[in-house]
Amino acid sequence: MSARAHPDFLWRNPDPRPSYDVVIVGGGGHGLATAYYLAENHGITDVAVLEKGWLAGGNMARNTTVIRSNYLWDESAAIYEHSLKLWEGLSAELDYDLMFSQRGVLNLAHSLHDVREGRRRVNANVLNGVDAEWLDADEARAFCPILEVGGHTRHPVLGATLQRRGGIAKHDHVAWGYARGADALGVDLIQGCEVTGFEITGGRVRAVLTSLGRIAAGTVALAAAGHTSVLAARAGLRLPLQSHPLQALVSELLEPVLNCVVMSNAVHVYVSQAHKGELVMGAGIDPYTSYGQRGSFHVIEEQMSAALELFPIFKRVRVVRTWAGIVDVSPDASPIIGTTPVDGLLVNAGWGTGGFKATPGSGWVYADTIASGRPHPLAEPFGLERFTTGALIDEHGAAAVAH
Amino acid sequence: MQLIECPWCGPRDEIEFRYGGQAGIAYPKDPAALSDEEWAGYVFMRDNPRGWFHERWFHVHGCRTWFSVRRHTVTHEIGRDPGSPRREEFG
Repeated sequence: MSARAHPDFLWRNPDPRPSYDVVIVGGGGHGLATAYYLAENHGITDVAVLEKGWLAGGNMARNTTVIRSNYLWDESAAIYEHSLKLWEGLSAELDYDLMFSQRGVLNLAHSLHDVREGRRRVNANVLNGVDAEWLDADEARAFCPILEVGGHTRHPVLGATLQRRGGIAKHDHVAWGYARGADALGVDLIQGCEVTGFEITGGRVRAVLTSLGRIAAGTVALAAAGHTSVLAARAGLRLPLQSHPLQALVSELLEPVLNCVVMSNAVHVYVSQAHKGELVMGAGIDPYTSYGQRGSFHVIEEQMSAALELFPIFKRVRVVRTWAGIVDVSPDASPIIGTTPVDGLLVNAGWGTGGFKATPGSGWVYADTIASGRPHPLAEPFGLERFTTGALIDEHGAAAVAH
Repeated sequence: MQLIECPWCGPRDEIEFRYGGQAGIAYPKDPAALSDEEWAGYVFMRDNPRGWFHERWFHVHGCRTWFSVRRHTVTHEIGRDPGSPRREEFG
């Protein structure tokens, strides 16, 4: 990366024009990536991204930045691996240091079942061209020396899967990089613009109604994560999504102590150490539906008790902040990408607890779907119709909660 | 930690309860007659409002009563569901 000074601004703040070829609703990571690839890959630049708050102020600002592609099912492995390959060239592509660090992701096994599931997933990953290794407990400890693998703990570590190409990135840099790139290609990024309704005639969407007035659109592409159901309802659509709080926290700043990402599905913990030094930890979702962007403290408490079993060295570390984002979870814990019963209205939602890692891949396939009018081959299995055909992509069972 | 009012036990900590999702989802009267779309609706489609939501809770670590409440999905305020039984109505 170049060492030149950071520019004074990264994008214009234009007023909306009366009409666009494509209106993307939601200025988070996925919406911004979609806009960038629409312009860069497909030459479609008459595009607006409408964001009710500020760019990347929702889940993009709240996630734990874990990046991996070691999913069990073929469809998931394909789209997440596509995304990981894009991550590997993204800092150069966007000319922005995303602090993408492939430090390796461990997924711990605490029971015989976990061991079997982990080994099976490693085999499936390898068959799909996704790098994956199985580590026994000693090897896991060698890879992550502060990990407690002893046999007398509540959650003994019996082994782990390792994806060496997995890691973390700096979430806001990702959003800013995509935003700057999209803006430079002519996309209008419009903040403080809430979509309050849709103009639909003859079964086709014609315009969005916003807090800044009516904006006509050839295609309207939803990219609103946890608030997708609210928008869809305004278009008369019912989607198989439930919005839940997902909590995360950071510790005070520490010297480098944790060299990789450690995830444990069984005990609902995932932890890494950010470049700045804080430990970043995520929990499982709160069970009830919510748009309140906060969760219950006992969920954090359970997460911390399990984390301390795995990392006794952290027992005197102080938590600095906790927060929650609102994640839209589909029945099979896989995304919903593609067309809807309303012509010209597309949906990209349901990424649930795992959307950050998918940001480049999601934007890539969504842009292609918008540009061509048919699902990108990697998006095709993730269509809304799978809930009727029964062809689910059940990553609930395969990826469990830490997603 | 939220306080949730069980109709039998009264207000108790949230950790005693399990969430049951949207209330009023009845098993189809004639399952064999359902189309694939109708099955998808019954199995997968649930309301997901920003605002008041009519939903089920289960006092799993208490009296094991299933009951319904109205809960606001932004404020998390819980109101009694008029259709849910009151303590004096339990035999």
